[in-house]
Amino acid sequence: MPISLMKHKMPEQDPKIRATNFEEVAMGYGEEDAVAEANRCLNCKVPQCRKGCPVEVDIPGFIAKIKEKDFDGSIALVKEANSLPAICGRVCPQENQCEKYCVLAKRGESVAIGRLERFVADRSLAQGDHTQPIVYAADAQKVAVIGSGPAGLSAAGELAKKGYKVTIFEALHTAGGVLSYGIPEFRLPKDDIVKVEIDSLKKMGVEIEVNAVAGKLFTVDELMDEDGFSAVFISTGAGLPHFMGIEGENFNGVYSANEFLTRCNLMKAYQFPTHATPIHVGNNVAVVGGGNVAMDAARTSLRLGAEHVYIVYRRGEEELPARREEIHHAKEEGIDFKLLHNPVAILGDDQGWVKKLRCIKMELGEPDASGRRRPIEIPGSEFEIDVDTVVIAIGQGPNPLVQSTTPGMDTNKRGNIVADEETGATTKAGVFAGGDIVTGAATVILAMGAGKKAAAAIDEYLKTKKQ
Amino acid sequence: MFKILKKQVLSPGVLLFDLEAPRIAKKAEPGQFVILRVNDEGERVPLTIADFNRDKGTITIIFQEVGASTQLLGALNEGESILDLVGPLGKKTHIEPDMGTIVCIGGGIGVAPVYPIARGLKQAGNKVISIMGAKSKEILIFEDEMKAVSDEVYVTTDDGSYGIKGFVTTALQQLIDKGVKIAEVIAIGPVVMMRSVAEATRPYGIHTVVSLNPIMVDGTGMCGGCRVQIGNESKFACVDGPEFDAHQVDFKGLMMRQRTYKTQEAQEKDHVCRCEQQGLAKGADCECQSH
Repeated sequence: MPISLMKHKMPEQDPKIRATNFEEVAMGYGEEDAVAEANRCLNCKVPQCRKGCPVEVDIPGFIAKIKEKDFDGSIALVKEANSLPAICGRVCPQENQCEKYCVLAKRGESVAIGRLERFVADRSLAQGDHTQPIVYAADAQKVAVIGSGPAGLSAAGELAKKGYKVTIFEALHTAGGVLSYGIPEFRLPKDDIVKVEIDSLKKMGVEIEVNAVAGKLFTVDELMDEDGFSAVFISTGAGLPHFMGIEGENFNGVYSANEFLTRCNLMKAYQFPTHATPIHVGNNVAVVGGGNVAMDAARTSLRLGAEHVYIVYRRGEEELPARREEIHHAKEEGIDFKLLHNPVAILGDDQGWVKKLRCIKMELGEPDASGRRRPIEIPGSEFEIDVDTVVIAIGQGPNPLVQSTTPGMDTNKRGNIVADEETGATTKAGVFAGGDIVTGAATVILAMGAGKKAAAAIDEYLKTKKQ
Repeated sequence: MFKILKKQVLSPGVLLFDLEAPRIAKKAEPGQFVILRVNDEGERVPLTIADFNRDKGTITIIFQEVGASTQLLGALNEGESILDLVGPLGKKTHIEPDMGTIVCIGGGIGVAPVYPIARGLKQAGNKVISIMGAKSKEILIFEDEMKAVSDEVYVTTDDGSYGIKGFVTTALQQLIDKGVKIAEVIAIGPVVMMRSVAEATRPYGIHTVVSLNPIMVDGTGMCGGCRVQIGNESKFACVDGPEFDAHQVDFKGLMMRQRTYKTQEAQEKDHVCRCEQQGLAKGADCECQSH
């Protein structure tokens, strides 16, 4: 029987129902589906998929083990390369990475590599954590990691495996970075997935110190000169929200996506007042931007009770930077896409509350520096939409706290840390950096890849230094 | 966990805690703040550091029990702990020797964060004139502390029950009228008070600094919830402040933004403790934590 050119479908909550709850949207493969999907893998002689994976998971290898129903062997193989598989199986943009290169993708749909990764990871989590603590050498060196997002966690895991005593310093009260404060519960469950994966790192021996703001409570120099850390990896992410700079952005009810999502995800405002942090939503919400963060904010608004949620994006459908799956889910749930629309002003009442979003219609012109067709305003096309809340999701920049307190470490004109692409080495000896703080806002897996590369480079650096 | 080493009632509903936090104490400077969370369901509450003792490894916070979160905090006792404490956050106060005569103004519990600033200014060799304002004598706090670090202290009460009858601006205007050469005014207190101080000094061009306490979440520049309009720019109070040039601050906008969650706060106060519904005692340690 020829193999199917379509992926096995993953069960999902009905869009109408899920838009009212924070339970996970996609429910994952069962064993039967997973094995059937694994059997679609051609086990190519020269596997193309692997070159699409920033952390170089042995994709054909772990899929082959699923075919044999050796699920423990499969997850062990994934974990050799990827310390957070249950997370990556959910939030990686596989369609732009491993799955893009799958031979089957040229003829139909690729093997569902992400879903299979999630399957073996979830199955392993369900069996309980059997992570063994690392036995450190008496003279094990200490490495500090600043920031506990994907880059930091991945670097910490790799360094611990290499025998380094790692302490992660996290500014918030909960570890995980964007995995905890940014990505919503319905895409990435916090207690069942994020916390469990982080606990597994702790079990290995990685220490995580929360409430520790680098640049305030301590400096990078102090870590190295006073606290005995031989090297430092900086992975502080893209933590400075951009606003548009238009009139009315300070009205009540205007949020950065960071604040909106942090209130909901980290502070659990969706459980107010059992959890004490409030959030304001109202009936009509406009989310400005077209990336994954914008989709997350829009879908979160629905779940918080908004009746009508708009995505306002200045380019067209094809230019939307969000994952196709997220756009599809958002549309299924009833998000209203106002494409080729750009906000020009936010209007409020005399009590300081946002009331309307004034937009102008756009058309696409010639391609710009990013290669995408440049949006141009259509004169005289302004109109207003009634809104109770506006969420600005147009991107984030680098938080300057660490850079401004670390002399000798260069930054570029955007404020990102200058670091070697292959090693993460900064201009300051012993200090490495990776993830969004270097590249600007990107994806979980790219940050993890950077963390992994930096861990290898830190190992190399410390071994050389010791000699 | 951060242990409460000392709890003191300063006036009805106003409490002082000394918290065991050696690392924060080591780094704290006048003008900075901390964010705390009582428990896992708690809000992140920003509070200006009222004092710090590097030798003892403690920081002092002073707060008024106004909402659900501060009431929960106030219900804790000596020996108990809070879950999270992060800091020191924000920029420190600009303090250097030979600045001249500085007028330090504290209104209500705003006197508390003014205290380490006045002390720092005094230690640096400046002349410190302090003005402390309260509604009435009973709720005046930190008088002895302020006297110890100031060259002159003026107390004002709204009802005239102590000191000068009037507002802090009454005493400030008297100093200006007397011809005291004021190099700088630092004012911390309710927003309306800080706005009045700004308006009082504006005609004389006296450099005036206020410490703002807008709604914030993380305190590290990540959420932008604390943005305030300073002149033509939108600034984040948590990292660009909390102190700003009072003559540039959009106080009206700040007051509006502070009202964002009034409705929810009312709802929270009306929320009935589930333990109580079940006939159990209501308290800070009760499991529903929804007081």
